[in-house]
Amino acid sequence: MKHPFLHALLRLPRHSGVLAVSGSLLLLALPIVAMWGGQAWVRILDFAILYVFLALGLNIVVGFAGLLDLGYIAFYAVGAYTYALLASPHLGLHLPFWVILPCGAMLACLFGVLLGAPTLRLRGDYLAIVTLGFGEIIRIFLNNLNAPLNITNGAQGINLIDPIAIGAFKLSGRTDIWVYSLNGPQKYYYLLLLLCTGVVVINFRLQHSRIGRAWQAIREDEIAARAVGINTRNMKLLAFAMGASFGGVAGGVYSAMQGFISPESFALNESIMVLAMVVLGGMGHIPGVILGAVLLAVLPEALRFGVVPVQQVLFGKVLVDPESLRMLIFGLALVLVMRFRPAGLWPSPERQRELAEAKS
Amino acid sequence: MDTFLQQLINGLVQGSIYALVALGYTMVYGIMGLINFAHGEVVMIGTMVAITVIGMLTNLGVPVGLAAVLALLAAMLVCMALGWSLERIAYRPLRHAPRLTPLITAIGMSIVLQNLAMIIWSRNYLIFPRIIEKTSHEIGGAYFSNVQVLIVLLAVASMAGLLLLIYRTRLGMAMRAASQNPQVARLMGVNVDRVIAAAFIIGSAMGALAGFMVGSYYEVAHYQMGFMLGLKAFTAAVLGGIGNLAGAMAGGLLLGIIEALGAGYIGDLTGGFLGSHYQDIFAFVVLIVVLMFRPSGLFGEQTGERA
Repeated sequence: MKHPFLHALLRLPRHSGVLAVSGSLLLLALPIVAMWGGQAWVRILDFAILYVFLALGLNIVVGFAGLLDLGYIAFYAVGAYTYALLASPHLGLHLPFWVILPCGAMLACLFGVLLGAPTLRLRGDYLAIVTLGFGEIIRIFLNNLNAPLNITNGAQGINLIDPIAIGAFKLSGRTDIWVYSLNGPQKYYYLLLLLCTGVVVINFRLQHSRIGRAWQAIREDEIAARAVGINTRNMKLLAFAMGASFGGVAGGVYSAMQGFISPESFALNESIMVLAMVVLGGMGHIPGVILGAVLLAVLPEALRFGVVPVQQVLFGKVLVDPESLRMLIFGLALVLVMRFRPAGLWPSPERQRELAEAKS
Repeated sequence: MDTFLQQLINGLVQGSIYALVALGYTMVYGIMGLINFAHGEVVMIGTMVAITVIGMLTNLGVPVGLAAVLALLAAMLVCMALGWSLERIAYRPLRHAPRLTPLITAIGMSIVLQNLAMIIWSRNYLIFPRIIEKTSHEIGGAYFSNVQVLIVLLAVASMAGLLLLIYRTRLGMAMRAASQNPQVARLMGVNVDRVIAAAFIIGSAMGALAGFMVGSYYEVAHYQMGFMLGLKAFTAAVLGGIGNLAGAMAGGLLLGIIEALGAGYIGDLTGGFLGSHYQDIFAFVVLIVVLMFRPSGLFGEQTGERA
């Protein structure tokens, strides 16, 4: 064991050091390799990591604690709008990011508790529909809070949002490092990678902690959990709050990276997309969730590049609108994966065992 | 006073449409415990088929009234077939899968149907042809049209029909048995697979009727119209106590009325700070408030938690 600290930190099996080192080298080199395919691919990578971040946040709520949340994107929206309002010409404020990101996280956390508190008594599907309603309420407010007092600038959204900057070093635009010139999306990639590594570590640490085991107990049987002395109310609130704060941070970074946000980016579809990542990958299993997020973030984009040439080869012309075709394929993929891998693509070993037992 | 009456009428019409759609959700949920997210899309396809059939028939010289009836039948048939195949292809193989799996499948089917509709019927708003000459009537300072009356009457008639089916026929008895306990119902000789298929088919037929009504009420249709409608209808079903037929009807009507009254009065209540574009909020606010105090819905059974 060369890195006992790292192993203890992540509770990884032994001899995974080589794998980890080569994996991280690959991740570090990825944006430079992707640049050969054009900046669009680097942006796709950025979004893939952002979605991993979001999916891991939602995984705390849905995967660990078993609370079905269909309004998760609301917290993302809260974080994004916090950043946009505090760092754009819209209100004339330009605070630095290390003030805003924690603010966004805290505000999202507060919203998480606000949503969690009244819904503690609700069972699975009722909770789903209430969280969904909450997400819609947030979106409708963002859409309409431009009159009589212009707070969110309504459907037009907010633009010219400041990039994340440390002194004179900005994450947007080009920076020359030795011989290589890094562009904006590449720099955001590294920031996102750093943040995401943090979330992965937190997720792993949480899973096997006292808190993680309490969540698991609540997920499997709430009454039994209460009977063995778990404070189910506080634990559920904690899950909501933690998931929400991660969403808030992700939203802030998204805001800074895009430079423009509008309520349209926080529609129900996005919540559903993040939930689909968690479930498709394998609920509660961290590597599975990461796989699900990367797949669902990259697949629609890859289809965008694929469907036009394929149609031209098959029919000689573009027969069907590529946008709807790629969403059609995406929907079918969801249905098929669930049909043949009902526990997700990469479920945790315990879950697989349970499923096998249930079948026999 | 006339704002009140006017919004009450509008809410009643909108609410009876919600109620019809909500029945589709609640029947399926009552038996399988599944949120059939694709149900809103089934409603949308009903509207689209009706538009196409009316257009085709009137082009052939069929009088518009007859064309409308045939179009409604066609829409119902297509939706029933669609509902049946959804259950057969997408949901039945997942009967024993983890709980969230069929939910993701339903979301996937919803995406598929929406995009299929976009490929077939384009991404434009379609005009729903006017079937009968609209006449307006006054009552106590509020106005209502003959179309609104027809919608409410048709909705009430079909709901009465559904209640008769559920409480007076063998199939209905089987459905009630299956929703109480599928395993025991199976032991008693109920073919649960058939009952579930029937729930999907009946729900889809009511959805098609609702789609036809929405189309003729607003006179437009769009491939994304099913989503919000489905969402509101599901909210209505939860409001009434999901799995409960009468609850879905009451929940639908209630939701429609609350929404209409809320939209009519919110400007006055908040001194003009919030306007009627906040209409969509009411559905969800009411839902959250009701569930806070009655977690199983207004008319849901107060079942103890099962360990």
